[in-house]
Amino acid sequence: MSDLPQLLAQGLALGAVYGLTALGFVIVYKATAVINFAHGELLLLGAYLVYALHVQAGIPFVAAVPVAMACMAVGGWSIERGVLRRMVGRPTFAVVMITIGLAIVLRQAATAIWGFDDLLLGDPWGASQVTLGELRVNAVSIASLAAAGALFAAFLIFFRSSKAGIAMRSTAIDQEAALAVGIPVRAVYAWSWMLAGATAAVAGVFLAAFPATLHPALGFVAFRAFPAAIVGGLDSPGGAIVGGLLVGVTELLVQGYQPRLAPWLGDNFHVAASYLLMIVVLVVRPYGLFGTREVERV
Amino acid sequence: MSGRPEGLRTRYAEEVALFGRRADRAWVALLAVAYIAVPLVLDDLWLSVLIFTAIAAIGAIGLNLLTGFAGQVSLGHGFFIGLGAYAAGVLGGDLGLPVVVWLPAAGLLGAIVGLAIGPFALRLRGLYLAIVTLGLVFVGDHVFRNARLLTGGPQGRAIPSPRIGDLNFADLGSTLGVPLGREQSFFLFVVPLLALAVVAAKNIARTRGGRAFQAIRDREIAAEIVGVDVARYKIGAFVVSSFYAAAAGALLGSYLRHVTPDRFDLLLSVQYVAMVIVGGAGSIYGSVSGALFIVLVPRLVEQVSPLIPFVTRSAGAAGVTVFTLNQIVFGLLIVGFLVAEPLGLAGIWRRLRLYFRMWPFSY
Repeated sequence: MSDLPQLLAQGLALGAVYGLTALGFVIVYKATAVINFAHGELLLLGAYLVYALHVQAGIPFVAAVPVAMACMAVGGWSIERGVLRRMVGRPTFAVVMITIGLAIVLRQAATAIWGFDDLLLGDPWGASQVTLGELRVNAVSIASLAAAGALFAAFLIFFRSSKAGIAMRSTAIDQEAALAVGIPVRAVYAWSWMLAGATAAVAGVFLAAFPATLHPALGFVAFRAFPAAIVGGLDSPGGAIVGGLLVGVTELLVQGYQPRLAPWLGDNFHVAASYLLMIVVLVVRPYGLFGTREVERV
Repeated sequence: MSGRPEGLRTRYAEEVALFGRRADRAWVALLAVAYIAVPLVLDDLWLSVLIFTAIAAIGAIGLNLLTGFAGQVSLGHGFFIGLGAYAAGVLGGDLGLPVVVWLPAAGLLGAIVGLAIGPFALRLRGLYLAIVTLGLVFVGDHVFRNARLLTGGPQGRAIPSPRIGDLNFADLGSTLGVPLGREQSFFLFVVPLLALAVVAAKNIARTRGGRAFQAIRDREIAAEIVGVDVARYKIGAFVVSSFYAAAAGALLGSYLRHVTPDRFDLLLSVQYVAMVIVGGAGSIYGSVSGALFIVLVPRLVEQVSPLIPFVTRSAGAAGVTVFTLNQIVFGLLIVGFLVAEPLGLAGIWRRLRLYFRMWPFSY
C-alpha cells in the first residue's frame, strides 16, 4: 500500500482538472438551468486555440492562454446569442439536445481543422517534476491544482461582491423576481456562457498539457467530469471542485488497486467507477452533496 | 363523413379510433401492396436501408413513448439496444431457442432492467433520467466489454438468424424453395413486426396509459392532482420504451449477424433521440419517418460527397472527410429541427396537408 500517497496526489491533480471542467457545467446550469453537453467541445476548442496561437503562430504561452480564453468567451457568447436565445420557454430536453447537436458539429469542426494526430501543446511545465518528500509529482499537476484553486477563489469573490456576480446569483434563484428588480436577465445568460467558455479554455489547457497530448478524443473527457458536477450538486461551484477532486481520487484509486484486489471487475473498471459513484450519490442524495433541494409549491 | 371538415370529430369513438379516417385506411391498403412489391423491385442496397429503418423505427417508437408522450429524456436507449442484441445472442445462439422465444424474451429482459433502474432514475423531475441513463451507457459499455462469457468481450459475438425449427426467416429462399435472397427475406420478416410495434404503440398512446403519459408531460403537478399516479406511469413509460429498445436490438443483432460493444455507445442513443426529434415528438408515424431520415442521410451524404470538391475520402486525415461531413450534417439536423421545426417531419406533413385542404384559401 506504499503507493497510496502517490495515487492520492495523482488523483487530486486529475480531480482539479475535472473540477475546472465541472465548474463550467455549474456556471451555465446555475444561471440558465441548461446542462451543457457541448462543454467538452468548448474545452477541446480552447486547447486547440492555445495550440494554434502558441505552437503554430509562435505567441508566448502566457499570452496565448488569455487570448484563447477571450476567444472562447466570445464563442460561448455566440452560442447563447445565436442558438439558445431562440429556445427560451421550450422544453428542457429540446435545449439539451441542441447542446448535443452543437457538440457533434464542434468536434467535427475541430478534427476538420487540426486532424486526428496527437499534438504537443508546448506548455512551459513540460516533463519537469517536483519532489515532495518521497512523492514525485508532475509540475503540471501542481499548476492545475493551483489554477483550480485560483479560479474557484475568483468565482467566489465574483459571486459574493461584484455587481454582475450578484445579478447572476439572483437570476439563478428566481428569474422573474430578478427581471422585476431590473436585472438584465438576458445579459446574465450571455455572461454565464462567456464565463463557461473562458474556464473551458483553462481546463482544456491542463487536460492537454504534458504528459497528455492534444487530440479530438479529449472532448469525451468532459463526460468523465460530468459525474463530478452531479456528485457535487449541479448548482454549486464549490460542489464542482469537491466533486471533481472526489471523482479524480476515486478514479485513480480504483485504477491503482482494482486490478489486484478485484480483477473479476474487468479491464478499465475505473472509467465505469465514477459513473457508479454518480449513480450511488444520486440515489442517496439526489441533489448532490452541495446542491439545492428543489421545493415544489402548487 | 363528407360535408364535414376532416379533423372535426363528433363522437368519442372517433377520437380514439386507431384508423379512424378514410385516408388512414387507404394508407394501410397502400402499405400492404408496397410490402409485397418492394422486395421484388428494390435492389439489396436499398432493401438493407429499409430493413435498418424498420428496426430503428421500432426502437424510435419506444423512445417516443417515453420522450414524446411522457416527456422524459433518456440517453440510455443505446444501452437497451445492446442489451437486446446480446440477449438474442445468448438465448438464440448459445441456448438454441427459436425466434418466437428469444425475441419477446429479449424485450422482456430490457423491460426488467428498465423496471430495476426506473425507480431511482425517475424519482426527480427534469433531466435526472438523462443523467442516470448517461451513466448507464458507460457502465453498460464496461459490462459488454468484460462479461466475455456472454458478450464475447471487445471482439463481440455472433447473433443467430431468426429461426423456428427449420424455417429460417433470414433465408426464406432455401427453406421454402422460393427465389428470395437474405435481404428480401429479412424485409418480409421485420416489416410485419414494425407494423405490430406501430399498432401496439398507437394503442398505448390512445388508452389510459398513454393519456397518463401525456398528462405527465404537459404538467406533472396537474397530472398528480387529477389522480395520475405519476411515479408509476413514469416508470411504466420507461419499461415500455426499454422493451421496444431491447426487441429492436435483438432484431438489429440478428440482421448484422455479429455485434461489438462499441456499436452501442452514446452516439447510438443520440441517434435515437434525433429520430424522435426529426420525426416529431409525440407522433408514432413521425418516429418511423424520423428513423428513415436518420438512416437515409448518411447514404445520401455518401452519394453526394464526390461532387463536393473539398471533401476527401481518406480516413484519419485533417480536412473534411465523408465521416466528418456526415457527423456535421447530423448535428446540424438536430439543431436545425429543434430551432426551426420543433414538431418535426410530422409537423411539416400536418401543415402541408392543411395547406392543400384549405387551398386556395390558405393563410
